[in-house]
Amino acid sequence: MSDHHKGDGSGVETFDARSPSRRRFLKSMGASGLAAATAPAWAQIAQAGQSQAEPVEPRDDGAPAEGEQQIRLTVNGVEHTLNVTPNAVLLDVLRDRLELTGTKKGCDQGQCGACTLLVNDTAINSCLSLAVSHDGDEITTIEGLSNGDDLHPVQAAFWEHDAYQCGYCTSGQIMSAVAILNDDNIGSDDASVREAMSGNICRCGAYKNILAAVQDARGRMKGAS
Amino acid sequence: MHNFDYARADSTRQAVSSHGPDKQAAYLAGGTTLLDLVKIDIMRPEQVVDINRLDLKRIETLNDGRTRIGALVTNTALARDERIASDYAVLSEALLSGATTQLRNKATTAGNVMQRVRCPYFRDGVSNCNKREPGSGCAAIEGHNRSVHAVLGTSEHCIATHPSDMCVAMAAIGATITVEGPEGQREIDFLDFHLLPGDTPEREHALKPGELITHVTLDAPLDNSRSHYLKLRDRASYQFALASSAVIVTLEGDTITDARVALGGVGTRPWRAHEAEAALKGQKATEATFQKAAGIAFKSATPYAHNAFKIPLGQQAIVRNLTTLTA
Repeated sequence: MSDHHKGDGSGVETFDARSPSRRRFLKSMGASGLAAATAPAWAQIAQAGQSQAEPVEPRDDGAPAEGEQQIRLTVNGVEHTLNVTPNAVLLDVLRDRLELTGTKKGCDQGQCGACTLLVNDTAINSCLSLAVSHDGDEITTIEGLSNGDDLHPVQAAFWEHDAYQCGYCTSGQIMSAVAILNDDNIGSDDASVREAMSGNICRCGAYKNILAAVQDARGRMKGAS
Repeated sequence: MHNFDYARADSTRQAVSSHGPDKQAAYLAGGTTLLDLVKIDIMRPEQVVDINRLDLKRIETLNDGRTRIGALVTNTALARDERIASDYAVLSEALLSGATTQLRNKATTAGNVMQRVRCPYFRDGVSNCNKREPGSGCAAIEGHNRSVHAVLGTSEHCIATHPSDMCVAMAAIGATITVEGPEGQREIDFLDFHLLPGDTPEREHALKPGELITHVTLDAPLDNSRSHYLKLRDRASYQFALASSAVIVTLEGDTITDARVALGGVGTRPWRAHEAEAALKGQKATEATFQKAAGIAFKSATPYAHNAFKIPLGQQAIVRNLTTLTA
């Protein structure tokens, strides 16, 4: 996945260190309390931007309890040793145990694609995956795409093309796009991209901009590699 | 999702012994059917045997010209394999017309064979459904039976279509399913694997309790044949077939010398249309020939309140496919 981090940064000028991720912003809101809440919106954003995202520390659950299985997951390059019950779903473990809430739960039945992430560089629906089945696997979530504040070319293209409205499907859309742009078997024409992305449903109907973003990112990734 | 005991198998033999002949156990491959149905409480395994680490991920060309596919070859890997794409285009096309990129990345060859019906009355957990609760009746027969309900092979107890595209192509190609079970290994003809609902719609396939599919072996491709999968559906992608056809033909001049026809979206199992094939062999490749064969393929069809359109649609799926292939 290292190629993804070689973006030259072109076209991402609007996104600098003061622009917080939504998650970082919300965390900061929780911590800074009323004073921040009464400040103007721009000041809140500036303040929030001063705090850095907390790095995800390696987690080690120790010895498993009865009925649990011990698994090792490498998530965005960080290895975790976790104890999970057999019915623990990969999506839920990432969100609830590792607090990586960028991956979204939509239908929870493999129908909407919001939970799409990469397992060993292949895009899959994490809602239909048992965590225990992924013992030893390398997982990349939306949180693992950017290099610090340098967005992945697909993230930058989504930003520039306004390829979302509510944003709930966006991380799944981006993860699918990253996978298909790295897959030589999938054609580069618009029809092939639409077909390859059909497993990611956008209820807001931002498909036109999503397609434009994916095609734009194709050029950026080619230029970067 | 309800909990279960979990065992990860390192060998086929270990998988079979972990599963045992107990019906409350389930093999887990890609999980796209099993975990979906466990989450909505339609399947309730007490024991899940994870077979994902088994050495069943290869596609091999055998000396006799057949192609042996490991149970765990994903739908993506099978569709993209160069030998499959060139020698069995119909199979590659069928696979790529099914589900979505990320589901095909998970779904396996054996799992696709084993997928359950998409009838909403089966999945809702409350309606009468003889597959889910044998003897309770079939809500689909008098209910909303437009999209995932069959006109061929139905019974008064069940009318759900088999949802697979891959299996329709395999039915046309011809194949053998190899299984390993408590009593050892055996082979099942692909066309005998999926059962008609008849009086026992809860019995969907020929596996005995505890048996595990290890391989699907495709018959050797017909010499100088051309093949195509045509899928007709309510939207352009990510939708089950209303009607589909898998057709393989060989031609000498404008005469059809051999033909294989199988249908999806219209039958309670992947539907091989032998009589339609007989009506094509030795005939000129004309629209009149195609129309006649298509009529024969549906002569035993039974329409229901909302799916009578599938009879002309299915016939069109045959005619258009043959027209494309012989042009």
